[in-house]
Amino acid sequence: MQLTKFLIGTAVALATVTSPVAAKKKDKDEASAPKSKFNKDPYPSTYQPYASVPTAVTNVIVYDGEGAKFQNATVYFRDGKVEGIETGGALKDGYTVIDGTGKWVTPGIIDIHSHLGDYPSPGVDAHSDGNEATGAVRPEVWAEHSVWPQDPGFSRALANGGVTALQILPGSANLFGGRSVTIKNVYARNVQGMKFPGAPYGLKMACGENPKRVYGSKGQMPQTRMGNMAVNRQTWARAAEYKRKLDKGDTVTRDLAMETLAGVLSGEILVHNHCYRADEMSLVIDMAKEFGYKVSTFHHAVESYKIADLLAKEGICSAMWADWWGFKMESYDAINENIPMVFKANACTIVHSDDANGIQRLNQEAAKAAGDGRRMGIEVPDEVVWTWLSYNPAKALGIGDKTGSLKPGKMADIVLWNGNPLSVYTRPDKVWIDGALMYDAANPKMRPVADFELGQPGEGDVK
Amino acid sequence: MKRFLLGCAALIALPASAQTIAITGGKVVIGDGSAPVENGTVVITNGLVVAAGAGVAIPAGAERVDASGKWVTPGIVAGFTRMGLVGVDAVDPSNDSEARNSPFNASLDMAPAINPDVAAMAVNRAAGVTRAIVSPDAGNAIFAGQGAVIDTGSDLNPVTKAKAFQFVEFGETGARLAGGSRPALIAAFKTALGEASEAAKGIFRDDAMLKRADALALVPVVNGTMKLFVHAESAPDILMVLALKKDFPMLSLVLVGATEGWRVGPQIAAAKVGVLASALNDLPDSFEQLAATQSNIGRMKKAGVEVAIGMINDNEARQAQLSMQYAGNLVALNKVPGATGLSWDQAFATISSVPADIAGLGGEIGSLRAGRKADVVIWDGDPLELTSGVQAVWIDGVKQSLVSRQTRLRDRYANPTEGALPNAYDR
Repeated sequence: MQLTKFLIGTAVALATVTSPVAAKKKDKDEASAPKSKFNKDPYPSTYQPYASVPTAVTNVIVYDGEGAKFQNATVYFRDGKVEGIETGGALKDGYTVIDGTGKWVTPGIIDIHSHLGDYPSPGVDAHSDGNEATGAVRPEVWAEHSVWPQDPGFSRALANGGVTALQILPGSANLFGGRSVTIKNVYARNVQGMKFPGAPYGLKMACGENPKRVYGSKGQMPQTRMGNMAVNRQTWARAAEYKRKLDKGDTVTRDLAMETLAGVLSGEILVHNHCYRADEMSLVIDMAKEFGYKVSTFHHAVESYKIADLLAKEGICSAMWADWWGFKMESYDAINENIPMVFKANACTIVHSDDANGIQRLNQEAAKAAGDGRRMGIEVPDEVVWTWLSYNPAKALGIGDKTGSLKPGKMADIVLWNGNPLSVYTRPDKVWIDGALMYDAANPKMRPVADFELGQPGEGDVK
Repeated sequence: MKRFLLGCAALIALPASAQTIAITGGKVVIGDGSAPVENGTVVITNGLVVAAGAGVAIPAGAERVDASGKWVTPGIVAGFTRMGLVGVDAVDPSNDSEARNSPFNASLDMAPAINPDVAAMAVNRAAGVTRAIVSPDAGNAIFAGQGAVIDTGSDLNPVTKAKAFQFVEFGETGARLAGGSRPALIAAFKTALGEASEAAKGIFRDDAMLKRADALALVPVVNGTMKLFVHAESAPDILMVLALKKDFPMLSLVLVGATEGWRVGPQIAAAKVGVLASALNDLPDSFEQLAATQSNIGRMKKAGVEVAIGMINDNEARQAQLSMQYAGNLVALNKVPGATGLSWDQAFATISSVPADIAGLGGEIGSLRAGRKADVVIWDGDPLELTSGVQAVWIDGVKQSLVSRQTRLRDRYANPTEGALPNAYDR
């Protein structure tokens, strides 16, 4: 059950120790010291695209990820980059040709909300690495320090889901859950080998029931929604103070929590806020203005439909499920038309999973939402539906200039589907990441098998 | 006290509709694994199906419903759920699926607790789910209690069959509930059924493990008149379950979950044990699911196993509406090299006639064969396809409302900004 999964760590939670701000008194020497320069990328990406060949996928229907559709088209990519989509004209020389007759090409799906790697399979206690539930304010933890790059779930997301990039977030036990990491869906020996080059960090925050339950049940703050907001605001006030010192060039004691929050206030780190209810999202919007930051995306935003106009005005994305509802009180007002209603209001619309199974069927979730929208009169063409799955999440993650659509020059993160990708009867045929073929349904050798599965029943099976 | 009131309400049964209805012109799916019939007719009267298919005579005076261009199917039968037992999962007072602190286990009877007012009933009814197999969840012992088969109709009479089966946890969960190991699980199981055998003869020992009520509840299990639904996932655990018949030959077993059933398909088929299998498990989520694959159901079916889709531990209190998507995904596997899927006809049967058969109710529900309860759904397209929707639902021949609090919220917020008055006045 999704509710318990991400809070499993709370059972072993220790006493709250909110990070004290190091308000170190400065002396004359420090005042004249140069501005502190912390390494902002101490665990840098070592991801390198795998080898690729110039490729032309012919005779396909293409959704380019930015809302355009091409019939009977050829998609060209070379050296890991999209070259273009062409309809008509002679086939260019020098490409490996893949006949896609009867098939579709789309940009790879990007899941903006995953716990692959920090709640990996098997879901045993020893693998519960997503919630540092020892204090409601934990912006100092980084999800990449929990990600197990051998999670079998990455392979399922690739082969069944056509997912080429994803954001792995800390869980939602805490108000400030820590930094997220965005990765390419390519196995590596360590997380650095998966990290999406140049992707900004995110900060996971959480509204509502989880933080107040986790800490309130231990007699700690927050115990209420007003407690949530008070701890949030006090923390942002400290962060603002810390950032002022940094900006002035004061020498400060390193404080990993404050460094993350200062990064948010300076716009380098994007806020991804777990928030179900419309009223709480509205309060967070004002809190962000109060302290001078911006929310990139509300996640699990099951009540976005109630404030879709406000979200459009503020330019905040909603990352949503198609039809999850009712598992807890704050999801009781979820409706199947949430996604299309947000779309109709011209607010940024994203389909997300938060689930190792759901990530394999994000295209199906989008299709269900589109169908429900059409039945209430919201017209949305299939090629526009695809923006919910690739370009919108890419933009919300700060990688929209690199991936998420098939514009020339962008990363060749591409899925060839064996039919209409918004049909239940369709699966990925081939998946390329940076132009390299990473999955081929016709070739069992092109199914990645995580270390955990080697030598165990079911190794290498079609999943 | 809530339970008492619900029990009273359930006594007020509503009469089935006496109206004769002919649904004409649609693509008719019988639900028994046969191919859809174009331009078919479904005739229902007195709450039962009279006939369905091609060339069906329409009785004089029948109310005609034109389903041209639509699909007409039996209502979906959700193979393993906890629907009706849960309002909101995490709101404990609204959740009757388990009773961790009860002194009782096998004797817990779900039927009186089925609450037709939980939101999941209206949501799933509007999605085309008309019947569900409802199981208790195990709280503090391997035996969870007696499950029911229900309908999702908008009345206060939800129970189709009470005490339809006993549910028991095997595998990792059973081992934990039994004290920490599979040997402890086997000891607990054999002791319990031994005490039930004695209870059948009126023998109750002072040092018994079970309370008298629980031992008596297991008497029909040990003599085979009540089905025993057993949750097991791994191939070794499934074989452990099949071996129970050596000690208790009358057991009427049904497997639930069975993620690795494909590894022992021939053995399951030979034992003639039905399976309510999770459709899309493909992750090694636990050490009892290492060989998970979406081909599980297809491979079991190929081995001759009677297998339907169930949803154990998969939002089964609310999301039976995903049954159609799950079945559709099994059809998708036919286009994946090396995978084993189901034909469309077989896939639809895994969410209609097969779960009904496994529950022992195939003669009453789960298909449009003559004499079955008239649970009929009209869809605007292929019912397994993601973009299709439900246009009409009958349960026991009674036309159902498709309104739920979700549709009410949708309508209220179709334009979210306030008008002359707050949205709270808009209804």
